[in-house]
Amino acid sequence: MKQIRSHGRDLGWLVVSAAIGLPAPVLLFLLVASLPATVAAGLGLGLFAAAVWVTRRLAGLQRRRAAAVLGAAVPASYRPLPAGAFARLRMILREPATWYDFAWLACQFVVGVVCFVLPVALWLGAFQCVTAPVLSAVLPEPTGYDPLVLELTGRSTVLSWVLVPVGLGLAVVAYRLPRPLVHGQARLAAALLGPTSKAVLIDRVGSLTATRAATVDASAAELRRIERDLHDGAQARLVAMAMSLGVAEDVIDADPAGAKALVAEARAGVGAALTELRDLVRGVHPPVLADRGLAAAVEALVLDTAFPADLDLRLDRRLTAPVEAAAYFAVAEALANAGRHSGATRIQVTIADTGTALHITVRDDGHGGADPAGGTGLLGIRRRMAAFDGELRLSSPAGGPTVLNMELPCAS
Amino acid sequence: MRVLIAEDQALLRDGLTRMLTAYGFDVVATVADGSELTERLLEVRPDIAVVDVRMPPTFTDEGLRAALAARRQAHGLPVLVLSQYVERLYARELLADRAGAVGYLLKDRVGDVRQFVAALRQVAAGGTVIDPDVVARLLHGRDTLTELTPREHDVLRLMAEGHSNAAVAEQLVIAEKSVNNLINTLFAKLSLSPSTSHHRRVLAVLAYLDGRDR
Repeated sequence: MKQIRSHGRDLGWLVVSAAIGLPAPVLLFLLVASLPATVAAGLGLGLFAAAVWVTRRLAGLQRRRAAAVLGAAVPASYRPLPAGAFARLRMILREPATWYDFAWLACQFVVGVVCFVLPVALWLGAFQCVTAPVLSAVLPEPTGYDPLVLELTGRSTVLSWVLVPVGLGLAVVAYRLPRPLVHGQARLAAALLGPTSKAVLIDRVGSLTATRAATVDASAAELRRIERDLHDGAQARLVAMAMSLGVAEDVIDADPAGAKALVAEARAGVGAALTELRDLVRGVHPPVLADRGLAAAVEALVLDTAFPADLDLRLDRRLTAPVEAAAYFAVAEALANAGRHSGATRIQVTIADTGTALHITVRDDGHGGADPAGGTGLLGIRRRMAAFDGELRLSSPAGGPTVLNMELPCAS
Repeated sequence: MRVLIAEDQALLRDGLTRMLTAYGFDVVATVADGSELTERLLEVRPDIAVVDVRMPPTFTDEGLRAALAARRQAHGLPVLVLSQYVERLYARELLADRAGAVGYLLKDRVGDVRQFVAALRQVAAGGTVIDPDVVARLLHGRDTLTELTPREHDVLRLMAEGHSNAAVAEQLVIAEKSVNNLINTLFAKLSLSPSTSHHRRVLAVLAYLDGRDR
């Protein structure tokens, strides 16, 4: 039953496809006609624009249908239209996608009609063949509206019966055929209506340029932060210690008690400076990450978190250091956010290695409402991930829960 | 002696205040923000100002620029600039007005309390104190200096750091008279006119060294 319904859907798809291709002669005629009309009266510009507009609508419709069939998006690759009618026209004329659209439309007309007629004809043929004995019994004398089978067999009973299995065979073919036809048309649409390989490359170069700039920005900001931390932290403490020790050295004979206090102060300063340096090193590249890898580092991270966490780590290999660092800091930021903003009492961290990508999920039971655009932390994660073509999705409805999904390609 | 301390880090500001008070200075003002520093310097007119190069709001060279601005209006206002790093460019900017009464030291030097205090007094008296690191970098790899004897080299370095003849003699453990002789041959070799005034001598040396570099 389900299969029959799916077959019905395929047939419907083919009917719509044929319909989409049907306006082709008119539109292509408009296209051709618009040239002399432009020269003659300027009217052709309107005709051309109309033809392009309708063709783009039809192409858009077929793109969506093809995407549904193929299970993969068939994106349009039109460049954004500039302001001004004339500039627009120039852009449309120079846009390769415009001409690919028309080429597709011409093909779609032929293919659409053929792909519609073929299964319908097969079904009709199958029906006639299977019912040939009945038909010859019902219509023993030639009439003006004889079905084709009766004319072919000459109402021979034997031949009629022979045609029954042929009809069954035709029925099988008619049943099987639409699926490949649907796929073929979807592929045709994807090939002609999808972005050209050049457009794909241009797009890719654009996104690489953007992520590269973001990466450089991020690392420059990171270096600046480290420099600032050192300057304000350990360096300042060391100077203060030097000062205390210097004074102590100077007064040690005259005022031993005072000198002792100063030395103690300096020693406290050493402790504080060491702590600051340790924190800084951990922020740059956590030692446990370098020693034991991502899974252990995330475990260590969770140990430092204030609330209980469920860990599900399905990762038993070392990844490249930059990927490990990106994943680690993403989890660290997510945990910090959960602790700071969400009021969570429980947190769930899942890391799964699929061999080609790392799937990381951080979920908390806080009150939600996290804004993906707000806050530099999330932006930082996104930037780090973008450098590896990673993706980040945040779902945080008011009332919670907040779920952060990250995907980081990491082919071994 | 009235001191103004411009330092944004409370730890160091308090430490300096405590230390200088202990050594008999009178800390009359402390400034934690670069944007008000020029104004405060001109208002307070301290006998000596200790200024950190890096201060808010920009955390770049705010302190240095404020000190330079104040010195443009109050010629020769004594300023000792402290910095986490020595930057020759900054030393040159400080010396450019040739008014003396400037110092440029690494922050680390505050640990050597006696010397630091001596440097403060020297600057307050109109002298010039340049961090040994800056001087060493100026002296380093200068081939015109190869004709100097090691002794003359030492004298040049100490002079550039702002020491008087007596102090140079003491440090090198030689008679002051020998120092005078060394300085004369030194100036002759570098074709500088001998000078008696303390900071002018330093400036001459530094100008010579810096000029060779460009």
